[in-house]
Amino acid sequence: MKFSTKDLSRAEQVFSITGLQVGLAGQPDAAPVLDRIDLQIRAGETHCLVGESGSGKSVTSLATMGLLPKDALEVTGGRIQLKEVEITAASPSRMRDLRAKRVAMIFQEPMTALNPVLRVGAQIEEVLNMHTDLSAAEAKARTLDIMEQVHLPDVPRIYQAFPHQLSGGQRQRIMIAMALVLEPDLLIADEPTTALDVTTQLQILKLIAEMQQRHGTAVLFITHDMGVVAEIADTVSVMQKGRIVETAPIRELLTDPQMDYTRKLLQAVPNLTPRPARPVNGADAVLDVDNLQMTYGGTGWFSRSEGVRAARDVTFDIAPGRTLGIVGESGSGKSTVARCIMRLIDPTGGRVCVAGSDIARLSRRQLQPHRKHFQIVFQDPYRSLNPRWTVARSLCEGPINFGQPKAQALEHAAELLELVDLPRDALWRYPHQFSGGQRQRIAIARAVAMKPDLLVADEAVSALDVSVQAQVLDLLDDVQKRFGIAMLFITHDLRVAAQICDDVLVMQKGQVVEHGPAGAVLADPQHSYTKSLIEAAPGRDWDFANFRAVSAPSAIQGATV
Amino acid sequence: MADIPTSRPSAFHVLTGIFALPKGARLGAGPAIAALVLAIIVMASVCAPLYVPHDPLSMDAMSRLKPPSGEFWLGTDPFGRDIFSRVMTGGRVSLLIGVGAAVVSVAIGLAIGLVAGFFRTADGIIMRIMDSLMAIPAILLAIALVALNGPSLGSVIIAITIPEVPRVVRLVRSVVLTAREEPYVEAAIALGSSMPKILIQHLLPNTLAPLIVQGTYICASAILIEAILSFLGAGVSTEIPTWGNIMAEGRTYFQLKPGLIFWPGILLSLCILCINLLGDTARDLLDPRMKKREG
Repeated sequence: MKFSTKDLSRAEQVFSITGLQVGLAGQPDAAPVLDRIDLQIRAGETHCLVGESGSGKSVTSLATMGLLPKDALEVTGGRIQLKEVEITAASPSRMRDLRAKRVAMIFQEPMTALNPVLRVGAQIEEVLNMHTDLSAAEAKARTLDIMEQVHLPDVPRIYQAFPHQLSGGQRQRIMIAMALVLEPDLLIADEPTTALDVTTQLQILKLIAEMQQRHGTAVLFITHDMGVVAEIADTVSVMQKGRIVETAPIRELLTDPQMDYTRKLLQAVPNLTPRPARPVNGADAVLDVDNLQMTYGGTGWFSRSEGVRAARDVTFDIAPGRTLGIVGESGSGKSTVARCIMRLIDPTGGRVCVAGSDIARLSRRQLQPHRKHFQIVFQDPYRSLNPRWTVARSLCEGPINFGQPKAQALEHAAELLELVDLPRDALWRYPHQFSGGQRQRIAIARAVAMKPDLLVADEAVSALDVSVQAQVLDLLDDVQKRFGIAMLFITHDLRVAAQICDDVLVMQKGQVVEHGPAGAVLADPQHSYTKSLIEAAPGRDWDFANFRAVSAPSAIQGATV
Repeated sequence: MADIPTSRPSAFHVLTGIFALPKGARLGAGPAIAALVLAIIVMASVCAPLYVPHDPLSMDAMSRLKPPSGEFWLGTDPFGRDIFSRVMTGGRVSLLIGVGAAVVSVAIGLAIGLVAGFFRTADGIIMRIMDSLMAIPAILLAIALVALNGPSLGSVIIAITIPEVPRVVRLVRSVVLTAREEPYVEAAIALGSSMPKILIQHLLPNTLAPLIVQGTYICASAILIEAILSFLGAGVSTEIPTWGNIMAEGRTYFQLKPGLIFWPGILLSLCILCINLLGDTARDLLDPRMKKREG
């Protein structure tokens, strides 16, 4: 693992937070949202702020920008110093001026951060027009120059483009150009690569590092992804419940973390080295997908367009008690395959055999008796439970559909809640009374209540914090062992795939490019696309859980084959 | 998480939950006054037969166009009927038409909208029919329908209902179209729930909040359309007094007896104003953006 090796001992200190406290507005007795935060960043330094959701990372960045939501949060103590300026005491008009010239911010979702009805070139130029005295021609020249610097292709064309005409990565480049065009002292990046695919993420991380070097900007980088941290950080602060629990240079933090919480956080990061596959048990496949085709569109009354071929000739099978992972970037068709198997959409060709019968062509009515054999767990735990229903009603819905008496279904539901580590009285609560991880447990219990032969997990842990993610993965593993369920695990996260899958199938643009045992595919990829995916995985050379570098690749192969 | 009731919540709690005020929000005096005024008008109209001093239909040639007096509080009309008795009794029918039209159009629109939103094949056909209904001016359609069915109370309600249905259908359909993409609906499909069950138990509750608001607007506009139809002579037959036909009859004597138009007109306007105000309040309360902060 190559950590950042900048020598910052003589760099000027640009930004410092001392004893910052933020509390709920008007409630001086409530627990503070930020509790005496201290932070220092020098010129040219990248400081990563890591922590789970709700730990106060974003509140820190908003306080720095002077953008805390009025009426909700207020600074109750401490100082935020940007060179000679004290931010907490700055007037709104002074702050407005500071925000563009001295401190800039880029966000997670570049589509919503850009104005959809203005050309991107004009949006960058607007910053210059507001804050400098450049003439129109000079402003345009400067805009084209900064677009050149962020490596956008065909700059004159993109200058004229609207945000929706650009890819996610290009939009994030525009955001970076806009943030850096006035050469601020401090750049705050709030999860800037979380919404991007791994290969794009790598490019954006490289770009931020390059721009930082060129302009000497101090960067405050907020992320929950330890891989990204290992890739770019000079120094790291770990946040938990509004406090900074540990601050250290990157190498020290990863090799010798001092605090229990930091150790816990690092140990929860799944290892990219595949776990040993379970022995093949020789049983007949539960799921047998043969030549699955899915084409969207192309069947209009008046137009005979080609349509979008989201899945082409997808063929695989899963035996009981085993897990197959489908990995790929967004748009690769992995979710389409899952939805075809669940018959939430109707495949346009091929066979899907679950528990011995082909369900690809059955009508809604014919399909109904087969539904209990296959169940799904969705990505977003906040939307996958009906918010108006009690947990009991959600858990009993399926079994009652298949004729179980209500009392029995309720009893079974209570047992399932215990299985997923929730108290029995959770039955009478509503989904909004649970955290994301707990809701995902309920969703898993709901699927397992049907005693399915096949469980499809569509990005089931992607929306969860890393420690919660580890717990939910353990739960899935436990459920699988106990009931011998076959699992189809859809994910974009290679680390998760490495830890949970026996076999892996790599998809690109609707086609299967590689399929084999997880150990072989992830440790010794054959296809160039798989190779690029693995190479782009941030922090891939570091074994976070064991605080050391990953041992030589040859040894891994020996261990798994 | 600490103060969660562990017992089963009742239907009452669910209902009050829908209308619960977000923390910190306050209703002004406007809605309270509107509710009070509306309650008085409704009570006065519903109970009219119990207290009005005269039979609203009995004519008396001797007491034509009398000024207000102790016997005739608001005077009499050209046929010698007591204006006060007629106006108060007329409110019953006007309000009945308003509420009736709102309930019927919401019920029909809900059923059609659920089907249109959920079944893609039905959607195209249903929505084209609704589009063509919407293309015809509401008043014109209502007059045609009354002319076809005769001027009874039922036919007036139907005539007012039919032009309102497409609006409700569009509303329900749009809510269903968004809600059906929710993972919990897909999970219900995966759990083998039947289509009627998904429609009624998962999707229908999503439509209730906007429907309550839409219902109040339909109620107000139905009262108004009834008055317009009566004024044009296509409303409920003149043997049943309504605010609309009292005004219609009074227009020839407007200069002699302005009260004939003034009193039913003022009650009609007050009524519609109050209903619309309450509808706006309901819309604000039910707006999910205002409820975000709780829970």
